[in-house]
Parts: sequence; structure tokens; C-alpha cells
Amino acid sequence: MTTIRIALPTHLRTLARAGSEVQIDVPDVPTISNTLAALEAAYPALRGTIRDQASGKRRAFIRYFACGRDLSHEPMDEPLPEAVARGVNVFFVIGAIAGG
Amino acid sequence: MTEVRVLVGTRKGAFILTSDGARRTWQVDGPHFGGWEVMHVNGSPADPDRLYASQWTDWHGQVVHRSNDGGRGWEPVGNNFDYEGETGTHQWYDGTPRPWDFKRVWHFEPSLEDPDTVFAGVEDAGLFQSTDGGLIWQEFAALRTHSTGSSWQPGAGGLCLHTIIIDPVDTQRMHVAISAAGVFRTQDGGQSWQLATGGLRSEFLPEPEANVGHCVHNLAMHPSRPNTLFMQKHWDVCRSDDMGDHWMEVSGSLPSDFGFPIAVHAHEPETVYVVPILSDTEHYPPDGRLRVARSRTGGYEWELLANGLPQQNCYVNVLRDAMAVDTLDSCGIYFGTTGGQVYVSPDSGDTWTPIVEHLPAVLSVEVQTIA
Repeated sequence: MTTIRIALPTHLRTLARAGSEVQIDVPDVPTISNTLAALEAAYPALRGTIRDQASGKRRAFIRYFACGRDLSHEPMDEPLPEAVARGVNVFFVIGAIAGG
Repeated sequence: MTEVRVLVGTRKGAFILTSDGARRTWQVDGPHFGGWEVMHVNGSPADPDRLYASQWTDWHGQVVHRSNDGGRGWEPVGNNFDYEGETGTHQWYDGTPRPWDFKRVWHFEPSLEDPDTVFAGVEDAGLFQSTDGGLIWQEFAALRTHSTGSSWQPGAGGLCLHTIIIDPVDTQRMHVAISAAGVFRTQDGGQSWQLATGGLRSEFLPEPEANVGHCVHNLAMHPSRPNTLFMQKHWDVCRSDDMGDHWMEVSGSLPSDFGFPIAVHAHEPETVYVVPILSDTEHYPPDGRLRVARSRTGGYEWELLANGLPQQNCYVNVLRDAMAVDTLDSCGIYFGTTGGQVYVSPDSGDTWTPIVEHLPAVLSVEVQTIA
């Protein structure tokens, strides 16, 4: 079991009734896919708002970041950076067009 | 004591406006779902405290909430709208084939009898139903796979199913409207669909009297006369007295017959309301004067209602789902604008006052009359 810190964009915080950061226990290897599955299990209201419910494909305007790296195009079954797995760094789910 | 509850969807959240039967003083509650584009909020005729709300953003897609207490509390329900089987293609704006792709829910129409049963009209055009209060959605695929489906094209707002009318005498009979395809009727609860576009004419089509391709903006029906339908089309206001088999243009004396919503008076089946808009490229009222047009003769003859509405420098629009009526003895008419105003007329349109004036752009207005 690994505890992952996840930062959510504003729309999803209000939807999940959560703060800017949530901590999620990921029972399997903390890949992007497993982490999102654990997030959706903890907050069912988020299903379909980050990735497609059937295919798991990231929504077009969503990006994933951690440790200063863009993970949006990394394989979904790639483990998250070790600093994220150790709880030092945060896994960011971000709306790709943030303003203006 | 009678209460009126106005359910307002806007580009940045939902608002609930409440008043007593006098409709002079109002309480404004909201925003609910702040930041989300709320396409529609609608209440169950069978249980007015059961509400359904459609929220959407480009970032996060579709979300659905329901309320069991008239909008004081909300819970998320199902947002999985999967088309049944092979999706096939419709036409894109340039005429090329494009696969059906779910985008958002434009309209919820709760069942007349069961609060847990609700219909959803979606983009890309399809009709879904939930029978468990919004948890699971199933498509009526026979509509999307209608023999004309591959020739449907989106209107400017997308290929959307935006209007659902349930016949109160025979709830197996429904009419739906799709932009830009036309009107379709089912008489077996959605298992099969027939075109209901006879007599429609749209000059922008290569074949103006084609049976599909008409950009229907909205339909209205009085529950005492389910065979009679009124239509605001891209251009033209029309009526049919045979459930859409034959339509007649009744634009008559309107200053412009372009517009989006259409509504029928709660107690006068031949009294109809539209909001004239200048043109399909100039989405604001003629002469900068916001006026509602009322016909007491089922069309043809129209009077312009302006008392209390802005009569200079007004360049707002009124969208297709943003007009509704209450069922009080003195019928109230309501509409919302893209400028964020929601107006009420407690006397069938003779006089108007704003309930609120500075909301985000209003996408939809529904009214509940609660005894």
C-alpha cells in the first residue's frame, strides 16, 4: 500500500468536496492508472472527469505533472516517480488551459 | 401556500429563485456548482423536490447531480452515457462523416409519473433514460440509428437533442427535436421513431423541403392538446395539429421570425410566446428592444410585449431552453437572457420585472408551481 498525494483542479475539488490536496491509498504499484483508479474509488463523483470511464484515455484538456515533469504522455502503467511514491512530492492533475 | 420555484442554469452555475404566488419578492439561492456550465435543471412533476441538474465543462466533461429536497442538497449520480452498439457516423459541418461522440446533456425531462425515471437529450444527438434516479443511463438507440441518422448535421451549437415532449395522455408517445435534423416521434416508448417534419421548409438547405436537416430550435405543447405542437425554427414559427405530420408557418406579423424558445400559456392552449431575434448572425433583438411576442390565436397574429423590458441598447439573446411558464391562475411567464437577467411576468406577459439582473449568461429556465 502506497499513499499518494494528489492535487486537484478547482472544478474537481468542488465536485469531490475535497481540499486542494487529497491523500489516496493505492493498493497496487502506484502507476498513473492505479493511482487514478484509487482516486476514483475514493471519490466516485470524479469518474469520467479526468479520463474516459471505458478506455481510461486522459481527457483532452487534462495534464498530469509531478516532480517538475509532464507525465501526461507517459505510459499509464509506468510507476510514478519515487519522490511521489514516498509522499515527498505531489501528483498534479491540472486543467491544460488555465486562464485568459 | 403556493410557492413558485424557478430553476436557472447558467454558464457558471445554477440558481434557484423562489417566491410566493404573488411573485413580487424573490429569494435567490446560488450559485450551485459554481464554475460549472449548467445546461439544464429540471424537476419531477411527480415529486417536485426531485431535481436533476446537468453540469459540463470542456475540461472535465459531463457530470449529473440530483436533489431530493428541492435543491438544498445535491448528490452526484451517473455520468456514463454510452451509445448502444456501433455508433456509426453523422455528417460534420463540411459534409464529411464523423463518428457519434458524446459531449454533454442538453436537457432533462423527468417522467410525468415516476420521480426516478428521467429522459436525457444529449449531444451528439441521442436520447437516454434512467429509471433509477440517474444512476444508470441507457440509450434509445433506435433514434440515433434511424435511417436518416447518417445525414444529420450539427447546428451552430452542436448536433444536440434539446427538446423532449411527453404526451400526457399516452406517455408512450414522445416528440424530440434535434438541431439540425428535425422532429422525431415515437409511439412505443422509444423503441421506434418516425420523422415528424412534413411541410417544414428551410431556405438554407439545398432542398428546402427535405425531410431532414431542419434546424429546429424548440418545441412547445399544451397538455390539453397533445396533437398540437408549436415550433420555433432557425427561421419561422410553425404549428402542427397532427403531431408533426404537417407543419404550417404561423410567423404572421412577427418583426423577425428568427428566435430560440417557444412556450404555451398554462391555461390558454392557443396563446403562444416567442422572443424575436434579429437574425441568425445577429443574435440580439431587433432595434435593440427586448420584446416578447404573444399570439392569442395560435400564431399568425402577434402582439409585442415590452412593458418593463429594456427598450433601448439591449443586445442580449434568449436561448432555446430559457423560457417557461408557471401554472398559477394568473399564468406567469419567465425567461432568462445571455446578459444574466431573469424576467417574470405574473400577468401572462402584460408587464415584466427582473427577478435578478447580473447572473452569468442564462442557458435554461424551468418553473415549478408547488401547492
